[in-house]
Amino acid sequence: MDQKNNDISDNVDRRNFLKCMAWVGTGMVWTMNNGLLSSRTFGAAPSATAADAPADFTFVQISDSHIGFAKPPNQDVTGTLKLAIDRINALPARPDLLIHTGDLTHLSKPEEFDTVDQVLKSAKVAERFYVPGEHDVFADDAKAYLDRYGKNTRGLGWHSYTHRGIHFVGLVNVANLKPGGLGTLGQDQLDWLKKDLEGVANSTPLVVYAHVPLWTIYPKWGWGTQDSEAALALMKRFASVTVLNGHIHQVMQKTEGNITFHTGRSTAFPQPQPGQAESPGPLKTVPAEKLRSMLGLAQVKYTETQHTLAVVDATLE
Amino acid sequence: MILLTAATAGASTCGGGCGRVPGSDPRGSTTTINREPAMAGQIQVATPQTLNISIDNFTFTPAQLTVPTGSKVVWINHDDVPHTIVSNTKAFKSKALDTDDRFEHVFDAPGNYPYFCSVHPHMTAMIIVK
Repeated sequence: MDQKNNDISDNVDRRNFLKCMAWVGTGMVWTMNNGLLSSRTFGAAPSATAADAPADFTFVQISDSHIGFAKPPNQDVTGTLKLAIDRINALPARPDLLIHTGDLTHLSKPEEFDTVDQVLKSAKVAERFYVPGEHDVFADDAKAYLDRYGKNTRGLGWHSYTHRGIHFVGLVNVANLKPGGLGTLGQDQLDWLKKDLEGVANSTPLVVYAHVPLWTIYPKWGWGTQDSEAALALMKRFASVTVLNGHIHQVMQKTEGNITFHTGRSTAFPQPQPGQAESPGPLKTVPAEKLRSMLGLAQVKYTETQHTLAVVDATLE
Repeated sequence: MILLTAATAGASTCGGGCGRVPGSDPRGSTTTINREPAMAGQIQVATPQTLNISIDNFTFTPAQLTVPTGSKVVWINHDDVPHTIVSNTKAFKSKALDTDDRFEHVFDAPGNYPYFCSVHPHMTAMIIVK
């Protein structure tokens, strides 16, 4: 970042702060190119970034739909999920894949899963993939979830596949949680992951998705995965790794070496920034007219010739 | 606090399914010459009670609760998100508690009972039964 020391004053700081706030409100483009992350706002002047270039294919991530929740700030979570699907269906290029990173439901009830299925059926995508959130598995040890989404998966729903040159891995870190702990992958899943990655070349881009962030964001609220280091160690040799998570109902990103971490917005309700409230529960006092600006989806564009994956966050506004 | 003999406390709390007879606690039959004669053969036990634990803002309140043997503890979830009450030692386990749902458990044996919310495992607390 180009920053002159003599520019630093209260006014400039405030201006910079407001600029950052604008980014949050309008969505941001993150472009990964050989492990280097750059960003621009949607409103910025067009430039020859990977996000602008015609992509070889795109896929979308949605998260935290919490079907069954009906309290402030969102009494109609089915409506906002439908809106997210409408946005996906209106994209200029039809996404190959739809990935839902968990908390499909609020209470794992059969009728909640039915509604999710019904709404997601209308998404114009070639294939759909899921990983569970804790709300999808806690009531019945994942039975209802696995009955619907367990086909072609291992353990509690983890899975992998290669699509048009990218190796995708869906991980489950919301089961068998220990007192005082964070999200957990468990040894069985780590053993499987090691085996799964063995046959994948270093040059193959990896996209890894799971519900709870695979990087430690705020342990006090359980926003992290206690054995994620073991999983990430297996990914160090790859040229490009993109990690997509949900759970915290807000966009956050970080890059660490070859790995870009990204959390997506919820389609149901926003949660507070880490430590900015007494608990990570729903932000209840969001005005109705502001709610859609705090919900959203992420689109990922892949360009093979440029070896880039660009994650583009959009709100439902 | 009202103090009763162990036998009385046991009769009022230990319904069907309770395999342990409170009066048979070995400590109850231990007497020594040095003790006050009036205490011999008796255990002083507080009356079993019903106590509430409130769940607000992803926190069990009180975080540590000491209760007499035979007491019933009732958890009430006041949050907008579901929680569970799960014993670390599998002594008890609730179903999903949505807003205003309750879970209760009667503690028939003394000991420490740490528990947590299996949905939000950073939520931990403890019942101490005496």
